[in-house]
Amino acid sequence: MNMFIRIIAYILLAPIVGGLLEGIDRKISARMQRRVGPPILQPFYDVIKLFKKQVISVTTGQSFLLITYLILMIVTGIMFYGGTDILMCFFVMSTAATFLYFASVVSSSPYATIGSHRELIQMMSYEPAVLLACVGFYLATGTFNVSEIAQSQISNIAYLPGFFVAFVFILTIKMRKSPFDTSTSHHMHQELVKGITTEMGAQNLAIFQITEWYENVFLMGVIGLFIVNSNPISIAVAVAVVLVTYFLEILIDNTSARVKYELMLKMSWMVTLFSAGVNLLVLMLVQRGGA
Amino acid sequence: MANIKRSPWLLHYDGSSCNGCDIEVLACLTPVYDAERFGVMNTGDPMQADILLITGGINTQNQEVVKQLYDQMPRPKVVCAVGVCACTGGVFKDCYNILGGADTVIPVDIYVPGCAARPQAIIDGIVQAVELFQKRSEEHDALVKNKGKEAS
Repeated sequence: MNMFIRIIAYILLAPIVGGLLEGIDRKISARMQRRVGPPILQPFYDVIKLFKKQVISVTTGQSFLLITYLILMIVTGIMFYGGTDILMCFFVMSTAATFLYFASVVSSSPYATIGSHRELIQMMSYEPAVLLACVGFYLATGTFNVSEIAQSQISNIAYLPGFFVAFVFILTIKMRKSPFDTSTSHHMHQELVKGITTEMGAQNLAIFQITEWYENVFLMGVIGLFIVNSNPISIAVAVAVVLVTYFLEILIDNTSARVKYELMLKMSWMVTLFSAGVNLLVLMLVQRGGA
Repeated sequence: MANIKRSPWLLHYDGSSCNGCDIEVLACLTPVYDAERFGVMNTGDPMQADILLITGGINTQNQEVVKQLYDQMPRPKVVCAVGVCACTGGVFKDCYNILGGADTVIPVDIYVPGCAARPQAIIDGIVQAVELFQKRSEEHDALVKNKGKEAS
């Protein structure tokens, strides 16, 4: 019963929470640049407007592919907040990202094509850290099951600090924040127009935007999973850690210029190898010593 | 009736401007004027734009480009000509290659004169364009509704 409440809460509340987070993000970004900034509800105004505009679709398949992207991302979140296998959640998330790639590349626009190729490179950059995080959770708790991981005796971050650092690092890529917003970004970049979203207008862009909100809430959930344990107070701590992480992402976004893809690939793999990899070795050694 | 004027996204196109007006357009987005507090976003993508901001006159080479940009924008849309060159052709009016203001190729709704147009004038122009955008959107909604009725 509890599981159904969580799933329904995710489906209904995730877009609201995601939109509010983005609104606060834009407000804080504006304040960091000494501007007044848009109202906090601005992302919702944008999406409502996008739904009311005339639909110009380059190819008929694009809307279908984008809706599939949205549905798969919702399924990812449902599986995660429903408490099933975390490995499966990330596999479904990767499938969703592939549909976004197809939705963009099907338009055969040069800008969208470059953007989607960069999206694939971004996937290559963050995938190792994501998979290692799953392995880390398994080594720390002996299970891939999200609801059992959340019931562990002490917070998993105690065993997995390196995995946490690697995951926060690749979160910058996943949330399309500078310096790793190579495929598209929320700011104007004339060099590839809007990258992967170039050929998405009106309601297609609105669907993309809503999917981003679902995705962000899911990723924040994974950050929270590092903190949550059997003690109910840990949920409040997890929310605080999630908010601090989000603020850190905004700070990184506003203080760094975008990098080339080679550097992004090198940096993310290095950080994954050195923080998550070393953590993994230590964890395995300690466990062997214990047994 | 949803209030869509809170989210006007701009597409800025530089015709054959001397860059004076372009710099003033970008000045509107700086912390001093901060047009983003009205929800204004400067997007480079015509498919996502609501208001087309043109600076500079139309010449024989860019007339097709301007037409295409206008056609790629989804309805409802508003066109705003910034600076005297985009309004009438300005000092370049009699040049052999200049056809005139932006209204020689596409319908222009708002004219912002000045050489270069001041940021205050540009923001005033955008505010007027936004009002018109809301009106057009309501007309567009009514059109879509009537079409739906005819179909059913």
